[in-house]
Amino acid sequence: MATATQESTTSALGERQTRLEDDALLRGLGQYADDLATTPGTLQAAVLRSPHAHARLVALDAGEALAMPGVHAVLTGADVQRWAAPLPVGVRQPMEHWCLAVDRVRYVGEPVAVVVADSRYLAEDALDAIRADYEVLDAVVATEAAVAGDAPVLHEAVGSNVVNDRSFSYGEPDRAFREAARHVSLKIDYPRNSCTPIECYVVVARYDPADGGYDVAANFQGPFALHSVMARALKVSGAGLRLRTPPDSGGSFGIKQGVLSYVVLMALAARKAGAPVKWVEDRLEHLQAASSATNRVTTIEAAVAEDGRIQGLRYDQLDDCGAYLRAPEPATFYRMHGTLTGAYAVRNLAVRNRVVLTNKTPSGLNRGFGGPQVYFALERLVQHVAVELGLDPLTVILRNLIPADAFPYRAPAGSLLDSGNYHAAVELARTGGGLQELEERRAAARAAGRYYGIGFAAVVEPSISNMGYITTAMTPEERRRAGPKNGAVSTATLTVDPLGSVSVQIASVPQGQGHRTAAAQVVADVLGVPREAVSVHVALDTGKDAWSIASGNYSSRFAGAVAGAVHKAATRARDRLARIAAAQMGADPGDLVFADGRIHDRNDPARSLSFHRAAGAVHWSPGLLPEDEPGGLRETAFWSPPELAAPDDDDRINSSLCYGFVFDYCGVDIDPVTGRVTLDRYVTTHDAGRLLNPDLVDGQIRGGFAQAVGAALYEELAYGDDGSFRSGTLADYLIPTAAEVPEPVILHQETPSPFTPLGAKGVGEGNNMSTPVCIANAVADALGQRDIRLPLTPSRVREMIGITESEPPAAHAAPSIEAPAGGSTLRATGVVELEADADTVYHAMLDPGVLSRIIPGCHALEQDGDNAYRADVTVGVGLIKARFEARVSLTDLDPPHALRLNGAGSSAVGTAEGGAAVRLSPREGGGTQLAYDYQAAVTGKVASVGARMLQGASRVVVDQIFARLRQEVDGPGASAGDRAWGRRFRAWLLRLLGRGGAP
Amino acid sequence: MKRLDAGRSHPVTFRLNGRERTGHAEPRLLLSDFLRHDMGLTGTHVGCEHGVCGACTVLIDGHACRACLTLAVQVDGRDVETVENLAEDGVLNDLQQAFRRHHALQCGFCTAGILMSCTDFLARNPRPREADVRDMLTGHLCRCTGYTGIVRAIVEVAEQRSGSTTEENEHV
Repeated sequence: MATATQESTTSALGERQTRLEDDALLRGLGQYADDLATTPGTLQAAVLRSPHAHARLVALDAGEALAMPGVHAVLTGADVQRWAAPLPVGVRQPMEHWCLAVDRVRYVGEPVAVVVADSRYLAEDALDAIRADYEVLDAVVATEAAVAGDAPVLHEAVGSNVVNDRSFSYGEPDRAFREAARHVSLKIDYPRNSCTPIECYVVVARYDPADGGYDVAANFQGPFALHSVMARALKVSGAGLRLRTPPDSGGSFGIKQGVLSYVVLMALAARKAGAPVKWVEDRLEHLQAASSATNRVTTIEAAVAEDGRIQGLRYDQLDDCGAYLRAPEPATFYRMHGTLTGAYAVRNLAVRNRVVLTNKTPSGLNRGFGGPQVYFALERLVQHVAVELGLDPLTVILRNLIPADAFPYRAPAGSLLDSGNYHAAVELARTGGGLQELEERRAAARAAGRYYGIGFAAVVEPSISNMGYITTAMTPEERRRAGPKNGAVSTATLTVDPLGSVSVQIASVPQGQGHRTAAAQVVADVLGVPREAVSVHVALDTGKDAWSIASGNYSSRFAGAVAGAVHKAATRARDRLARIAAAQMGADPGDLVFADGRIHDRNDPARSLSFHRAAGAVHWSPGLLPEDEPGGLRETAFWSPPELAAPDDDDRINSSLCYGFVFDYCGVDIDPVTGRVTLDRYVTTHDAGRLLNPDLVDGQIRGGFAQAVGAALYEELAYGDDGSFRSGTLADYLIPTAAEVPEPVILHQETPSPFTPLGAKGVGEGNNMSTPVCIANAVADALGQRDIRLPLTPSRVREMIGITESEPPAAHAAPSIEAPAGGSTLRATGVVELEADADTVYHAMLDPGVLSRIIPGCHALEQDGDNAYRADVTVGVGLIKARFEARVSLTDLDPPHALRLNGAGSSAVGTAEGGAAVRLSPREGGGTQLAYDYQAAVTGKVASVGARMLQGASRVVVDQIFARLRQEVDGPGASAGDRAWGRRFRAWLLRLLGRGGAP
Repeated sequence: MKRLDAGRSHPVTFRLNGRERTGHAEPRLLLSDFLRHDMGLTGTHVGCEHGVCGACTVLIDGHACRACLTLAVQVDGRDVETVENLAEDGVLNDLQQAFRRHHALQCGFCTAGILMSCTDFLARNPRPREADVRDMLTGHLCRCTGYTGIVRAIVEVAEQRSGSTTEENEHV
């Protein structure tokens, strides 16, 4: 059969166009997960989370919570054990990861119970009433410490925190190292961070007791291989979990893969409540317990010749996946495995990969997935090779880049680099980005005594993941037993309705990447109809739509794979329509051209048929169609690239289908006083094959770049030594704003991929891989430093410059006290001037009546011994409010000169412990000066708020204690400032407090 | 100062996008929740509930405010404007059109808040420099765009509205 040719005069593909998505979004009419209509009677959930990094859950009592008005149900570990199974794990180890803690908690924020109530407000109220008793265990936080023999073990049945340990050898690495002139090595400690979408997780779940199935809407991003993980955890068939995604999603960047365990959790909560249940994650929950990139410790070593040629590479990597190996981990390692030699023609490679568990939040997909960790080590090493050999870094890069005539190039660990011309891209960057000028700026800056450096990074950006790469974590023998896994099936369905309207359903689950626009462009091109006439649907329903395990939005697979499937479905529809039209027009199908909403005969311009007429025939007059034409018009295309084979017996894995190239350089200027790193210029050069829509591509590059600037300079999910989480607000987890993100110089080179239908490659993740290390290399160059740890915060840079922070001035008359162990430590000192004499003040502090009035949020105070009390205290900080059972005592009594006020409290969300040393001295002219030095430590949810907010909040609380004391001893009229202070305090609290905190 | 009983719902009567509306709210109910769930205007988004991300920004009596740091009962008797009110007679206004033209949004979740801040900002600063625009934008977090398109769109609208180029006509 002849194939219709496609000659559209108004080809939209490759042109800059506005997006179809934007109109609704700009009107506030997007349909994000929290905006979707819910069934009447839908209840709201709140999650009780572990305040401890590692503890045995001894007892859980939800009786009081269940008795509260508006509370319908509390889901506990016992329910989960009855109805569900642990989430399947990707390696063969006796580990159990339940969606809710069963008898042990392993990270701060781990779900312990779910309250289901009429409103979120009531559900959160009830969290306070649940009694959870823990027996705290030693936590292990540092990755290397977790590997040590004496480390506390998270999963006792495994017997070690190393849950997967594989060694690989490609080529002859030992020989390369034996024969090399030089060995250059570095040790890297890559921190935890997250691309943190602005929309948090949302799940709406329903259980149908009639068929035992679950129906869940969630802003899950895929991969839908995880649908199987969720279904198995819920102990239902694939059909028993109908998973739907909303039409719009407020960003994901990989992170919304992690909602999978909450899909299971809320499905069970709905079952327990006997009603639909909705859960909307808040920001503290998200930062603390959603997901993150792995942090990684890498020892990397190169065997190098004197001219800078790298003859062999050795990696020893410890990837820290947190407390549980949640699917698809340990994928962070293996996504990059075939590409560990980067952009370089290195043939000898040795790798040891150990997957390590620690008492931190489970890791997962995060934009760049595995790339930032690998390239930080590799590109730091290349820079360091240049330093060691006294060469220019760019010279070392150029000497090692894979030559243009080598493509397609099989890297030693298995990646088949599809196309590229790396040297040409570097040349484009050098001239187009003005490298010489930058070098002159560096020389001038240095001559003027400033710290200025230039950094480079050359990275290969993989896209369209091979779903089989994860099995590289298994031995060849284990793989043989399990059966081979490979490929990456993408799909699209195109429908033409009786009025000739074209609609397309894709399973790519976008979160703002403009997939609808790009898919419409592809279809419009093929069918010769206006782009606006094509509607694209992206809300996926696993119960109705075409999908496969590779569906979803990750590994930058849209342009290369999904757009290709769309093209294939559209081409099939066009070919059918061409035959139908040809029969009506008496023409040859091969002579028909689809353009301007019509089907033209190229041999006779006067002869044409409107598109909707031809399309209508398949519905209205099937009897008139050519013989083998069945009528109706709906084409579902599936596409999986044959190049994505399973790992071979030598552990070679082509981990992705396409490999773009990114070459970056930048100049940084470092303030010698503040340590602030300023990007003077950033040049980023991309070869992502054919560009489908240059505006969308540049949007992806700028977005990834901004996130990478954050990773390089500001962002870290920080933990205390005891596993307490310390960056639970966006005031502590610092995301760059418009003032911190400069405009990068973006350059493009287009070397089409021979393996994708449209020649396009993924482009969404390159800068997340290249930019952190490029900036780090520039800082290394500026400061002449070898050990660079991200994020390069001003204080860290000051330390590298050699500026030591001076001690803060000691508060006068304040005795210092020991900080209680563990958690986040806060300290405040101050002086209060009182009119009463020391004796009056002293005795007021020993009076329980006074104490109960001066402790903020004190509901009740009972004597519990000499100068010891039990108290019930509510404290609100930031987004959270906690009710503490507290013990208050007064010790070190030295009347009327000094005493110590101690407090220790525990609540469902964490503990607080503190002490204030108080010293009284007579004031000249009468009255007393009260000096205090207060230290406190908090753990759990309160600590997660982060030091920035906590310092301010604790200051307010402590000030309030002594301001109230002044009112007690000096009388209410004593200080005119008090009332104004009270107003300021209330205003401050109002600013800080979330929903729990109405005064 | 008016005192409200914490456990009870109180009537809140206010102008919302030009129309008088009445709802009921417990004193602790956040304005963001009230607008989204009681008034049905889901264009105002919630991203952090501690005033940092800016996604929930609305206009109260013409001033850009965080709906997540405002209690619903506080808007009683006031004038509230949300993103749903920006289009004029169903047509996107100049700011919205400029955002579309300049690819100033990807996922769109932060967009409503930024549009509302800009509305207030441009009313007070008809001829902002790019640095002023970036400074205003520091009250908002966008994870998708890298801010380039947002800055370009705002600068362009400021130029169009004031009928001249900005003082520091330095496009990003």
